[in-house]
Amino acid sequence: MTTNRLRRAFPAIVVFAGGILFWETIVRVFDIKGFLLPAPSAIISAFPAEWAELRPAAVGTFTSALAGLTLGTTLAIVAAVGAVRWPMAREGAMPLAITANSTPIIVLAPVANAWFGLLSPWSTIVVIAVLVFFPVMINLVRGLMSTDAAELELMASYAATRRTTLWKLQLPGALPYMFSALKVAAALSLIGAIVKEYFGGSQSRLGQYITLKAGNFQFEEVWTAIVLAALFGIGLYVLITLVEKKFMSWHVSVRAAQI
Amino acid sequence: MVESVRTAPGRLRRMPARVRTIVSFTLILMVLAVLWESYKWLGQTTGGVWPGTDIGLPVRTNNRAMPHLWDIVAALFRPARRGGDEVLLITLLRAGLFTLRSAFTGFVFGSAFGFFLAIWFTRSSLAERGLMPYVVASQTVPLIAIAPMVVIWGGQAGLPTWLSVAVISSYLSFFPVAINALRGLRSPPATATELMKSYAATPNEVLTKLQMPAALPFLFPALKIAATASVIGAIIGELPAGLSVGLGRALLSFASSFSSAPEKLFGAVFVAALLGLSFVGLVALAERRLIPATRRVSHDPEIAALAAGGTG
Amino acid sequence: MTEAAMTLGNVSMVFDADGGSVHALEGVSLDIRDGELLSLIGPSGCGKSTLLRLLGDLLVATSGSVTVRGKSAEQARLDRDYGMVFQAATLLEWRRVAANVELPLEIMGVEPAERKRRAAEMLDLVGLGQFAEHYPWQLSGGMQQRVSIARALVFHPSILLMDEPFGALDEMTRERMQMELLGIQEKTGTTIVFVTHSIPEAAFLSDRVAVMSRRPGRITEVIDIDLAQPRVFDTREDPDFFAAVTQVRESLRSIEEAT
Repeated sequence: MTTNRLRRAFPAIVVFAGGILFWETIVRVFDIKGFLLPAPSAIISAFPAEWAELRPAAVGTFTSALAGLTLGTTLAIVAAVGAVRWPMAREGAMPLAITANSTPIIVLAPVANAWFGLLSPWSTIVVIAVLVFFPVMINLVRGLMSTDAAELELMASYAATRRTTLWKLQLPGALPYMFSALKVAAALSLIGAIVKEYFGGSQSRLGQYITLKAGNFQFEEVWTAIVLAALFGIGLYVLITLVEKKFMSWHVSVRAAQI
Repeated sequence: MVESVRTAPGRLRRMPARVRTIVSFTLILMVLAVLWESYKWLGQTTGGVWPGTDIGLPVRTNNRAMPHLWDIVAALFRPARRGGDEVLLITLLRAGLFTLRSAFTGFVFGSAFGFFLAIWFTRSSLAERGLMPYVVASQTVPLIAIAPMVVIWGGQAGLPTWLSVAVISSYLSFFPVAINALRGLRSPPATATELMKSYAATPNEVLTKLQMPAALPFLFPALKIAATASVIGAIIGELPAGLSVGLGRALLSFASSFSSAPEKLFGAVFVAALLGLSFVGLVALAERRLIPATRRVSHDPEIAALAAGGTG
Repeated sequence: MTEAAMTLGNVSMVFDADGGSVHALEGVSLDIRDGELLSLIGPSGCGKSTLLRLLGDLLVATSGSVTVRGKSAEQARLDRDYGMVFQAATLLEWRRVAANVELPLEIMGVEPAERKRRAAEMLDLVGLGQFAEHYPWQLSGGMQQRVSIARALVFHPSILLMDEPFGALDEMTRERMQMELLGIQEKTGTTIVFVTHSIPEAAFLSDRVAVMSRRPGRITEVIDIDLAQPRVFDTREDPDFFAAVTQVRESLRSIEEAT
């Protein structure tokens, strides 16, 4: 099993190692200036000196991202369950949510600064929550509605209450939709946090750090922040995938991935 | 009275689907507008606290944080600059068009690249296993951090800034297309592929006669997502690009002049939303013309995949 | 009538699977005569469909040989000797009925006018002349399967490979389709290999029935069906038909007892 998995992951590992090596080589061979593209080795060696500044900035950004993700997802779950329970609400809410989801919601970032205060953590958290809310809600409503008529009839034949039907049938059926929405939302929360921070706020945040260093053409330092943010994003994605595997071992997508 | 309230939903239900959507949609927008104004009124009368308590309202309700909606609309039709004769709406639409050029170019290149990747992945499992993890990981990289570098690279290569912004925009739009196109190209059942093999069809014939038509319904939901993503990407790309035009620029400068003219920022937000919506609307229109209703799948890529998995 | 259209020589098939290998077929030898209808029948999972796919060069045998009038199976596929029909009609939903039937001709580079003519001819043969401009979803399951048969025959392949083609149809439709298939074979003289799990279907249609054992699949017996030609609707009430059904059933049961 493990050797098999290793064999499957092998091309990706080769691409990673090859990519880094290629990057390092072209920077050295063509003597590319640091402000154009710093070498991987230069980025790594920038870490120790930057760590004292970088660590609190990253912690602040990641905390906001997680808080916004949690708030937005929670609200989306409540809204989705409500929308499924009351069809009238759904008929109005779904087109609105789909419309809102077609707009660049991130432009609310400067508005949030005005509403909640530049330094308030809420201005970041709320923007991320709004950003995350729509895709999660839309997917979840569709997931909850995906139960087919025969399954609902089965529950009705057991004289199941609405709540039992929700917990035993609709929510488990919506899990695949939920997890795929969460993966999208996780990436959104991080992008949202950093863009929001670009519009101002606490100095000790990745968005501000990047703005400052990019302004000084210190791109090795910018890259340390990029690497850190990407690692966090990938970590979040992997975490969600692991939880998904645990909860949905029955689902085709997970079974197929295991073969 | 009670009677008419009871029949209202029934009457709503009897309308044709499209009219119903427009009606319920307008109703919701009106409700939102009323909520905005009544929240503002509540805050103004109680001095910013919940009535009967001293718990503060989450958002300040003064004319700065929440201008009256009519003030925002009025501001759109006043000159953008003191003494100028171009009204704000025109200035913003001009900025929007500039951004749209980058967004559209990024959309076209991003989608084409995403589609190319998907075709490559269906042909080579080695390529898929080697690159797919990085396609997914690419979306976790904070775009705004690479944007200034892309602009510098573009400048070195002699590209105009709007084109560098388009490249940044394509970084977001290629992803949904790659993922959904891959699912779509793989959606034909195994027997359909066997059938093509029994005709001794070439790989290109399998692609054009089986896989691409099968992928079309998957492609359009992805293109809608890519349309929004390319607008977001273009705006984000403009922020650190140091441009003097574009919506990103407008957002930045109106955010800094917020305290003196808050309506302008809300106007820019409004135009940005309009931009995203009209782009997605255009793609939806193309979908309606090109794909018969029986083959359309729902909006979301994941759902499209799941729905198709059920019917395969 | 006795010349071999296809020959299977000591064919074995092993699939690699996670955590081991699956022995699907072992030492299968069989001559398929020109112009006959031969059924493959056996318990589910016995490798009937695998055997059919080996005949059609959709799979390649681990060992042994498949020859078609002296050619390899691959050459026969490249020469377009095979028509295929599956349990699902597998029509392309974006093409009208006529365009679906024209598909193989299109790939084989036949002129548009000629394509049109031959597709119309085939659709008439299966009794769907008026439905040429319909979309597949507008047809019933039985009609879709008839389109799929027309598509398989439109380029006049010498061999028709059918994988439980009537398995998803209701009993009434099924019996009608069986009659139609025999009628078509009479007109075209096509050699047919027919996978089924229905004993009466095998007995009614076949010149010979090859009975297969559980995995690893082997051909345990080839039964000659001596029923008057042409088979008509009343054949099903003929004592000889019952005798044939009994013979196939006994043969299948002896496998069950042996394992």
